[in-house]
Amino acid sequence: MHPAISVIFFTVMSGAGLGMIFLLGLGWPMPTGPLAAFLISLLAGGLTVAGLMSSTFHLGHPERAWRALSQWRSSWLSREGVLAIATLVLFGLYALVWMVTGERMAWLGLVLSLFAAATVFATAMIYGQLKTVPNWHSMWTPVCYLAFALASGMLLTAGIGTADVLLGIPVALWTAAALVIAWVAKLVWWNRADGTGFSATGSDTGTATGLGSLGKVRLLERPHSGENYLTREMVHQIGRKHAKKLRIIALFLGMAFPLTLSFVAMGAGQAAILFLIAFVCMMAGLFAERWLFFAEAKHAVSLYY
Amino acid sequence: MTSLPQTTGKKLGLVIDLDVCVGCHACVVNCKEWNTGGYGAPLADTDAWGDNPTGAWLNRIHTFEITPEDAPAQIVHFPKSCLHCEQAPCVTVCPTGASYKRADDGIVLVEEDKCIGCGLCAWACPYGAREMDPAENVMKKCTLCVDRIYNENLPEVDRTPACVRTCPANARHFGDFADPDSNVSRMTAERGGMDLMPEMETQPVNKYLPPRPKTRPEAEGMLAPAIAPKANEGLLGWIDRALERLG
Repeated sequence: MHPAISVIFFTVMSGAGLGMIFLLGLGWPMPTGPLAAFLISLLAGGLTVAGLMSSTFHLGHPERAWRALSQWRSSWLSREGVLAIATLVLFGLYALVWMVTGERMAWLGLVLSLFAAATVFATAMIYGQLKTVPNWHSMWTPVCYLAFALASGMLLTAGIGTADVLLGIPVALWTAAALVIAWVAKLVWWNRADGTGFSATGSDTGTATGLGSLGKVRLLERPHSGENYLTREMVHQIGRKHAKKLRIIALFLGMAFPLTLSFVAMGAGQAAILFLIAFVCMMAGLFAERWLFFAEAKHAVSLYY
Repeated sequence: MTSLPQTTGKKLGLVIDLDVCVGCHACVVNCKEWNTGGYGAPLADTDAWGDNPTGAWLNRIHTFEITPEDAPAQIVHFPKSCLHCEQAPCVTVCPTGASYKRADDGIVLVEEDKCIGCGLCAWACPYGAREMDPAENVMKKCTLCVDRIYNENLPEVDRTPACVRTCPANARHFGDFADPDSNVSRMTAERGGMDLMPEMETQPVNKYLPPRPKTRPEAEGMLAPAIAPKANEGLLGWIDRALERLG
């Protein structure tokens, strides 16, 4: 699949933003004062909104994007839009109360966390629902998206928050655990994707043409000599060239560095800056991971080309 | 509403006869010609006279080679357009309601004014039946020439999709699959009409008729003795023996 930068940016950024909103909603301890409340809300909301704005850049008609809120009964993309807006409205309310009264409403926070998680789930299901892309068509896809949103959001939240210890466990151990869970899920995902191909549905050029029972089928001639929308969008192969190297880069930037920094932070006591560096590292790693998510995915239509 | 209708009154669709198609691309051209001036936005091309022409087409012909284990390879020309699936995945993923399947005749259409050009329907389609228009940035697809088949301004003979009307080999047929006595239903039953990628569970309405079995020389026992050259009989046999004797 064609890795569109706008969509990669969207899923990574709003994932981190929604991860942070999730943790804020659960009551992660934060600096007090209206200015802090404003800036923290701006950061978490800003990341989410920046991602959502970016996602509209790949639309042919962004001015009609509001129409995408109508089909939540059947469409995951529509659900994602509705949930994202609901989450942001709830978060705006939460932030307003926080700024004005200094109080963080626990029950509203819980509802907010639920909506933030549901939004990430819906984003992942846009891909996870597609039977035509066997790599994506798995419950491991939403698991990865949720775990990455939590881990990246937690590094940022840990860098800004005031907690050293949560529920008796050092914050650095929480971030380390989130990182390990996320990347274990991704390794399972990669392992499944590498072994699956089209064997999950049993599709090949033979079933695509219905001619497989007559013999070995191969394409002799494409319909047109040039490229077309389908080959550019779904038979895209250029991005796979450096897949192995990009996986290693993703693992180093996304896991090894942030994990090391988490443990250094634990030794150093309160070390906000280390968490923030770890966050930036992880985001870079996630960009590589998300590029591969698209670039390595093979679409059923490639069986005709 | 992008939920699919439970059932459709008619199931309009095409039968494509892979035994007959000669790969002339006339249906491709006539489809483009009709649909660039008919339903919705024109079907644009970019760099049409340049080095890298590209554009939106609703019907494309691929050519495949089949190699049986015990016989020479054969060529099959393979026209591909929207199959108007009963369980159309392109419809249910649409976030805006632009994609829909008509309850009365089963045709899958795009209401272009509602399309935001997100491309998710094209991702959901296993067959590559949907293409984004490069100029209008809305999704284009086969309409089964909805603006021809019901058009009373056209002579009755022309009230059929442009690809079917133009096919010089008669490889394409249009009809109602809900009616078991229709031309397309009968053809499908007689020739073993098949679905493309049934494992995708899309339940395509369009059916493809497989190529008829090729006659294979070794299987033709009756005529073989008369055709095979024999060097031990008649004039050839005499010449053969005479030449042998020359050493």
